[in-house]
Amino acid sequence: MLRRYSVHLSLATVGGLIVYLAHQEYISLYIMSVLMFMGVNIIMSTSLNLVNGYMGEFSCGHGGFMCVGAYVSSLLGVWLFAGDKVFGAPLLNPKYTLYAFPLLILVGGIAAALAGLLVAIPSYKTRGDYLAIITLASNYIIISVIENIGAIGGSRGFMGMKQLINAMGKSVDLPWMPIWVFLFTVFCIWLMRRYISSTFGKGVIAICQDEVAAEIMSVNTNKIKTITFMVSSGMAGIAGGLFAYILGYVNPGSFNILKSTEVLVMVYLGGMGSLSGSVLSAILFTILLELLRPLQIVKWIVIPLLLIILMQFRPEGIMGNRELGDIFPKLKKFYRFK
Amino acid sequence: MSIPTEKRPVLEIRNLTQNFGGLRAVSDFNIQLMPGELSGLIGPNGAGKTTVFNLVSGFYQPSEGAILIDGVPTGGLKPHKVTALGVARTFQNIRLWNEMTVLDNIRVAQHYRLGYGFFHSAVRSKRYMRREAEIAREAAELLDIFHLTQYADEFPKNLPYGTQRKLEIARALSIHPKLLLLDEPAAGLNSSDIQELIRLIRWIHEMFAVTIWMIEHQMDVIMQLCTRIKVIDFGETIAEGNPEEICNHPAVITAYLGDDTI
Repeated sequence: MLRRYSVHLSLATVGGLIVYLAHQEYISLYIMSVLMFMGVNIIMSTSLNLVNGYMGEFSCGHGGFMCVGAYVSSLLGVWLFAGDKVFGAPLLNPKYTLYAFPLLILVGGIAAALAGLLVAIPSYKTRGDYLAIITLASNYIIISVIENIGAIGGSRGFMGMKQLINAMGKSVDLPWMPIWVFLFTVFCIWLMRRYISSTFGKGVIAICQDEVAAEIMSVNTNKIKTITFMVSSGMAGIAGGLFAYILGYVNPGSFNILKSTEVLVMVYLGGMGSLSGSVLSAILFTILLELLRPLQIVKWIVIPLLLIILMQFRPEGIMGNRELGDIFPKLKKFYRFK
Repeated sequence: MSIPTEKRPVLEIRNLTQNFGGLRAVSDFNIQLMPGELSGLIGPNGAGKTTVFNLVSGFYQPSEGAILIDGVPTGGLKPHKVTALGVARTFQNIRLWNEMTVLDNIRVAQHYRLGYGFFHSAVRSKRYMRREAEIAREAAELLDIFHLTQYADEFPKNLPYGTQRKLEIARALSIHPKLLLLDEPAAGLNSSDIQELIRLIRWIHEMFAVTIWMIEHQMDVIMQLCTRIKVIDFGETIAEGNPEEICNHPAVITAYLGDDTI
């Protein structure tokens, strides 16, 4: 009984605690924002792990899909609920923002999932290094398209999302952003876990290990690839939407190849094909980035150096391709996560 | 299980030709396999045997000719669709999913009749729960029949070679095929393993009432098992008949041992 609900209980406790502390302002806004970026990074690394770890492809353009999600949910949100010089007066009454917010983020995710087709369709015929180049190209395409649409700010970026956050706070006085980030992070991990542990989702791992055998043993490899790329990029879109609303400002520059590399580092740090590894490494990486902040641009020498050391001494990452329960089998007595 | 009464060939190949650029790998190949038949395909290295199997399982689209599985033409179908029609195969070099448990190897092969998709796996619908339970039960039963239950949670890469071969055949049979293609099942096995393999194939043939077509270089395997043998060389059919006829066929002897005119 306790084993069955222990995950739910501990998640509720952690979530409740964060919200309570934020609401009572026991933790500073700075720490709060670090915690929220942690959530965004967890979604980014687990979703990229789906493609790079479980499916064995090499996607290095994950930032592009994040960008699509960020822009679509921001533009839609501002168009519907906030006044803006581009869109004019809000279409709907701002007091509905609270109810529509998860939908805005999801629409961003769906748009990013559709953008994922940009990679999914070439993947039918290409794989390995060549597909990696395609993912890189798609990242550039997305960034360049947005940089060149002047109406939404081009490379200067787009803002106005803070009005939605304020409107939500006015409806019900709670720190809404931490709540949404927490809920979406849990939702994404939960969805991926269910997908990958079903017989249907095991087709993804079969493709990774032997694509020819998968196709001959009746796995519709094209369909599985499409779904996996779309789920992965859709989640990156959700992370992007949350990122945009946390900052209250987006510009295409923050989703360039550097962002994609950051996510790659998290995936390899955590271990390929390990969801718990990705969660763990996203948390560690976010803390590390903050600790190294005083170094400013020098941190981009330190972090890649860490990656080189990691590849030399522990190429399988923190967790290898095992989950937390495989490393500490005793833990399984206390929880069941499905 | 009984052998179907109607006499429609399980596999019919008509005038099959396959060109790779300028190379004609298979030329004007014809065969009819009746339900319950155990037939062999032999020939020297590079004769085009595996190409024929790849054509039947849908990896290549034939340059000319037609392939019919139980009367259904497979032209234009992707391999997983051909598999769903009831064609299973094994590979010359064993192709199991090595980092997936033995049980999961069988489960993933049920994709053609999963009956649910991404949405069901996300919400864990009733249908999903029912199908997963059925698939897990059937997979466990199959492992039991093949005496592989003790390895259910092992990775295939840790199993002895002969057991891997057996598992690959079990995985192929898990899709309830009408036609089983075995591509050199005895490759890499020692002589005692080969005797066991012969017994296994014979047993499968009766137990699952499946039509079997096999490529093999070990002549005693072919001679002991097959009732009909086809010999190809450089893509051309050079002989066809029962084991005795093939053994004494001059064209076969020439193809295997060479011509004594220089």
